[in-house]
Amino acid sequence: MSADAAGGARADHGHPVLARLLAALPDAVRETHVRHGDATAIVDPAELVRVMTCLRDTDGLDFEMLVDLTCVDWLGQEPRFEVVHHLYSVKRNHRVRVKARVPEPLCEIDSVAGVYPSANWMEREVFDLYGVRFRGHPDLRRILLYEGFDGHPLRKDYPKEKRQPLVGPRN
Amino acid sequence: MASQPSPLERKRRAALEEDLERDLHTDHQILNMGPSHPAMHGTVKFLIELDGETVVDLDVQVGYLHRGFEKECESGTWYQAIPYTDRLNYNSAILANIGYCMAVEKLLGIETPERCQWLRVMAGELSRIGDHLTRCGAACLELQAMTPFLYGIEARELCWDLQEILCGARVTSNYVRIGGVKHDLPPEFGAACRENVRRIRQLLADFDKVVTSNRIFVDRLKGTGFLSREHCLAYAVTGPILRAAGVPLDLRKQEPYLTYDQIDFDVPIGEVGDNYDRYLVCVEEMQQSLRIVEQCLVRLESLGPGPVNVDDPRVRWPAKGRVFNHMEELIQQFKAVTEGPRVPAGEAYFAIESANGELGFYLVSDGSAVPYKVRCRPPSLLNTQPISLMLKGAMLADVIPTFDFVNMIGGECDR
Repeated sequence: MSADAAGGARADHGHPVLARLLAALPDAVRETHVRHGDATAIVDPAELVRVMTCLRDTDGLDFEMLVDLTCVDWLGQEPRFEVVHHLYSVKRNHRVRVKARVPEPLCEIDSVAGVYPSANWMEREVFDLYGVRFRGHPDLRRILLYEGFDGHPLRKDYPKEKRQPLVGPRN
Repeated sequence: MASQPSPLERKRRAALEEDLERDLHTDHQILNMGPSHPAMHGTVKFLIELDGETVVDLDVQVGYLHRGFEKECESGTWYQAIPYTDRLNYNSAILANIGYCMAVEKLLGIETPERCQWLRVMAGELSRIGDHLTRCGAACLELQAMTPFLYGIEARELCWDLQEILCGARVTSNYVRIGGVKHDLPPEFGAACRENVRRIRQLLADFDKVVTSNRIFVDRLKGTGFLSREHCLAYAVTGPILRAAGVPLDLRKQEPYLTYDQIDFDVPIGEVGDNYDRYLVCVEEMQQSLRIVEQCLVRLESLGPGPVNVDDPRVRWPAKGRVFNHMEELIQQFKAVTEGPRVPAGEAYFAIESANGELGFYLVSDGSAVPYKVRCRPPSLLNTQPISLMLKGAMLADVIPTFDFVNMIGGECDR
């Protein structure tokens, strides 16, 4: 893709976090890169929960916090969606980004809420705004929008001006 | 002489005592608190299941202030997103400006001039003081203490006066630019800042006297809203709540950005992780922020005049005087406004320590002048998530101080 990918799609690029992750789970990581100083690992979506557990529990990685979880819609590419996790270790003061691709017709990926409880609401948000479903999520329902909202507004093919049906008050 | 109770009276009393000893049968009650409730600053709904006055379960329902921040950002230029960031956390707008602009600068690979960095730190800290004052003041108000609320609001007015001198607006400042700030300090700022910092210190001292050891205030806060260190980390809670639980995580120290590594300040931490610790952490952080503001002012004065915007034609607008008199600069200005800067394709995550915790921006660019994705990592949302954990088993009255010190800001939480 760019010059720094020349070191190999699965190289550690001199980054200690990527080196440790590759040593622990060499088969789960598909690609790595370090751009703008951010270490990134693109992982096999089927291995996501294993990768997250490894990042949390391996000595030297110690990622206690799943800081952010979001999604990018690469409309026109296959697989279309990319779920992006940002992790931070308070103990080691380092960060890593973990990405996994989600193909279109099914739009499903494993939930990491069992590993990191903070993922609960953020996965609900991704489900709400992108329509990506999380397998094994304890309570997958809309969070920012309401029941009865039609579509998922952050998808690139959702028109900004689209009107929504009026939904009456519920209790 | 009191007469002996009659047999009928004795029977009645025995029945009463038996009734009192028996476990009273109660049904669980569902209480809707919000979305508009006088003691909830911010529009949020709590669905509380009550057993008497004890909270059995609680479901927090957010989203009432969702305005589609990310969707809006994806249809304008990189510049046009800055005013939207003002409206995330409207108590500390400048901090959100800084977070967004620094994330864009990370993608562009821009290093801002030193003077700009000091200005950003100072403006950001004034913003942080205003945010903490709102949190502590509003908490007092909602616990029925009007006077300290007014002290807090008066001090916040002083912060906002300084912001007004600095950038012309009191709340939605729109001060920070990609690669710089709107303009340098006006000449009257230094004196006004010193005077206002003095008065804020005085008001904080008054606030402290009225509140910190006030029996009612302490009783309502101590031992309520407890959240352990482990739960904080598991739920990615950051900011004063995490520090109150004893974790010294402050991104200004951990990952020093701007000029924080040259500034002398302390990070206060609590021990227990209850509401009272959160209050103490906030109060101490305001004192530290005042120290930072003073240091910034000294440095800005000793630095002398210099550029406050990076000299990079991709993001810098030409000086107005030249725009009006030269064709080249006029074209450059026209293109900068109508097209906006092109940001190289890529992705970057950048986080700052906002008043509520880690405020991160994850930006994805496809190389065009329109952001492909602007994700705001809102500290309010993540801090609000474990409220049900803080309140399960607590009394209904504990909901109010706990919610106050979580300081959920609807604009930032719901975006």
